Amino acid sequence: MQDIHFSPRRIGAVALRHLYLMRSSWPRVLEMVYWPTVQMILWGFITLYLQGNSSLIAQASGILLSGVLLWDVLFRGQLGIALVFMEEMWSRNLGHLFVSPLRPYEMVASLLLMSLIRTLIGIGGATLIAIPLFGYNIYDMGLPLIAFFLNLIVMGWAIGLIVSGIVLRYGMGAESIAWVSVFAIQPLCAIYYPVAILPGWLQPVALALPASHVFEGMRALLLEHSFDASHMAWAIGLNILYLAVGIAVFLGYFQIARRKGLLLQVGE
Amino acid sequence: MSQAFVIEVDGLYKYFDQFCAVDNLRFQAKRGVTTALLGGNGAGKTTTIAMLLGLLTPSQGQIRILGEDMLQHRYRLLHRMNFSSPYVDLPQRLTIRENLTVYGHLYRLPRLKLRIEELAGALRLDTLLDKRYGQLSAGQKTRVSLAKSLLNEPELLLMDEPTASLDPDTADSIRSYLEQYQRDTGASILLASHNMAEVERMATDVIMMRKGQVVDTGTPAGLLAKYGRNNLEEVFIDIARHKEPA
Repeated sequence: MQDIHFSPRRIGAVALRHLYLMRSSWPRVLEMVYWPTVQMILWGFITLYLQGNSSLIAQASGILLSGVLLWDVLFRGQLGIALVFMEEMWSRNLGHLFVSPLRPYEMVASLLLMSLIRTLIGIGGATLIAIPLFGYNIYDMGLPLIAFFLNLIVMGWAIGLIVSGIVLRYGMGAESIAWVSVFAIQPLCAIYYPVAILPGWLQPVALALPASHVFEGMRALLLEHSFDASHMAWAIGLNILYLAVGIAVFLGYFQIARRKGLLLQVGE
Repeated sequence: MSQAFVIEVDGLYKYFDQFCAVDNLRFQAKRGVTTALLGGNGAGKTTTIAMLLGLLTPSQGQIRILGEDMLQHRYRLLHRMNFSSPYVDLPQRLTIRENLTVYGHLYRLPRLKLRIEELAGALRLDTLLDKRYGQLSAGQKTRVSLAKSLLNEPELLLMDEPTASLDPDTADSIRSYLEQYQRDTGASILLASHNMAEVERMATDVIMMRKGQVVDTGTPAGLLAKYGRNNLEEVFIDIARHKEPA
């Protein structure tokens, strides 16, 4: 068998394993759609209430719903990576996976692919339900929506890879990091308010996050009907750095796991 | 390095912090035969196997498999070897067919469906293919693990306790299948086992380990003669208790 350094078939194999899992377990699929939908409904009603009381909401009624749905892209993107990786740890399958010719970076590619699929299912369902329920169609944003989506999911991937590396290194006791890590930066991401609202000393920190630039761009699009290329360029540049760091951290922890024999020890 | 050996281990060490799990290990395993790696709990067998598979990075030393440096050519070699252990699970919610399909794709096998059908027939799994792995008995799981390990028709098969927790009938059928596979393909097997009857039946050579080192090697018959014992279990106990040969 010819040795191939980057095999789409191996990447697809790991993705197939998780698609089989999703097919066999409807609660897993429901869990993907459930939370984004509940969030969307909650913020949809808040929007309806505020529409008569807030000039901002009256001006751009979708601003809160867009914020909540796009934030969930980041959260689901991160969770998609961490949960898919932890599924391998829960099922004690890492030992078998890594005595096959699967490379760690192919595993990373599989995690990204599965995260994309899971995010599209979860957020896609909520965005479609928002159309009849609140008359809000996020797809009216047009092409900039693709740029927002990609930037947010890439930032989620970077965080998810770091979280997965930490869980691999420190064991399932660190599992809760997967659920809470992203919320530590949520107040700084300028989802529902501009960066300018933050104290001056916090603003550079917020602007170091790709998500802040995406949400500033989202507000510019919804309120001023203009696409802010500068914020987008910052988001893309930062995301290249974030993803590189995320991959490097995951692969670094993987090397440590190989040195410490953790690939055979992990489990429930 | 000789073509006569499938595994050549030289000066291998593995430290976990200050603890030395494998201590200057040296051994060779011949091609086309079964070599048993024996030792008490904590002797370093599983650590050694994990290093041979590339799951664990050695602290020092050299491993050559099928004539190539394992540390340099790990992925090329992993296509030609495989591993079976009842202690490493497969995903519970996937069916046998799904599990074998996933692993077949990982090895980029041609005619995968046919290969799965062949193995399922040979290992009496054909009626269970669409049953979830988590619903299987211990014996059935072991047969699935074996099927997974044979998917890529490995030239070198590493097995950790392949018949642990199996009834004598199932264990016997697995041993017979492995013997047949070896005759048909000329494959080499490295077997870690606590079942001395299994070792006497299957192994051509035996490597005895204690505290991360090789303490004795030989054929089963040679070791029986050397220690003046009637079976390998008595030899195993002698070595574990630091008794010298008779």
